[in-house]
Amino acid sequence: MLRKRIIPCLDVANGRVVKGVKFVDITDAGDPVELAARYGADGADEICFLDITASHEQRSTLLDVVNRTAATVNIPLTVGGGVASVDDMRAVLRAGADKVVVNSASVARPELLSECAEAFGRQCVVLAIDAKSTGNGSWSVWTHGGRRATDVDAVVWAERGTQLGAGEILLTSMDKDGTRSGYDIALLSAVRQAVDVPVIASGGAGDADDMIDAFVGGEADAVLAASIFHHGTYTVSDIKHLLADAGVAVREESEITWP
Amino acid sequence: MTNIAIVDHGAGNLVSIVNALTALGEQPRIVTRPRELGAAGGVVLPGVGATGPAMERLAATGMDDALREWEGPLLGICVGLQLFFDVSREDHQPCLGLMRGTVREIAGRPLPHMGWNDVDHTDDPLFAGIPNGEPFYFVHSYAPVPHDRTQIVATTDHGGRFVSAARSGLRIGVQFHPERSGVAGLRLLSNFAASIEEARRVA
Repeated sequence: MLRKRIIPCLDVANGRVVKGVKFVDITDAGDPVELAARYGADGADEICFLDITASHEQRSTLLDVVNRTAATVNIPLTVGGGVASVDDMRAVLRAGADKVVVNSASVARPELLSECAEAFGRQCVVLAIDAKSTGNGSWSVWTHGGRRATDVDAVVWAERGTQLGAGEILLTSMDKDGTRSGYDIALLSAVRQAVDVPVIASGGAGDADDMIDAFVGGEADAVLAASIFHHGTYTVSDIKHLLADAGVAVREESEITWP
Repeated sequence: MTNIAIVDHGAGNLVSIVNALTALGEQPRIVTRPRELGAAGGVVLPGVGATGPAMERLAATGMDDALREWEGPLLGICVGLQLFFDVSREDHQPCLGLMRGTVREIAGRPLPHMGWNDVDHTDDPLFAGIPNGEPFYFVHSYAPVPHDRTQIVATTDHGGRFVSAARSGLRIGVQFHPERSGVAGLRLLSNFAASIEEARRVA
């Protein structure tokens, strides 16, 4: 059976891990390579780096972080932030990423998703959607790290994005992000119904119960979490034991003790 | 050390397979030209994306024929395994034809089949020391259907069983990514390295 994935997310700015609450109030949380190695050893199923500065000056800093992480952690690495072209994507893959997150640039120019899928295969194109409730039962897409509103409907965009070439959706609720009050299950369910590709729930994880809700109630394939891991509230291993006890199929520790 | 050559055909991430083999004490070489296979003890054929573009890139350098003629240990990973077969239904382009059969879309949803899933294997030496049902990391939508069922070394369930490893002589391929599958993946890659030593002893 395909296991439900737990993905620690590291927001990176200028080579350091940071975490904001509701996309503002950034605080420093440590060295990305060290944190990724710790999460890997704790049983993370995948690691996600999102470069939230994403300026061209800082691009080489991010690629260096990816490269050093890929050398020490042999689980999948998903990387995003400011990817706007096939060349950007190639640079991130060459640095050692397995999947690349595309966000704002594809809202402005949706063909980017097709170009990336054609060049590298849809399995490594992750479409990130930052969604905010409109207050009347739908969600709109926000871009540029949640700073710019669009009139694009999040569910419609998820469907269109997968038709164009996205192989996975990373769905962040801006209303829930950093609040630790649980994932937006209604948003998750709406997107899950609309697409065939895996959906990663993001924004709002406070404890294992929130993740169970995302998996059972929202039918998520994976959950992303940042602050509960960075602040040491739970280790990845703690969370996996709690999920396993609740009957969620997670990958538990291997019996193989080699090498 | 076993002198492993990793075939670079211009798609995706070779960093992780290089890193994984390096962690095992190997010094893998990335090769692009057929004559570079000459000195190799074993060959790894990685791959992501679709088989059609991968075949075009291999054919452009003559690496397709070099792989057909290669008689030593060969490990195909993901699309590398799919390339072993006759043809893929993804784009109906011919593949290397090292093993008889077609590559087809798998039945399960969501697709791509992405994440850690159980690999139920036979006692093939590639899986020595790896418990039956151990999860490995997958990311793909297609898998091969070998004509010769005895070539099937492992299967995995995602809306029905598909072939997650197949062998013909010294050629073996896996549909998952051992270079991204933690300690289980490292064990599998070390078993492949051991098979290179074994082949060298026999020769």
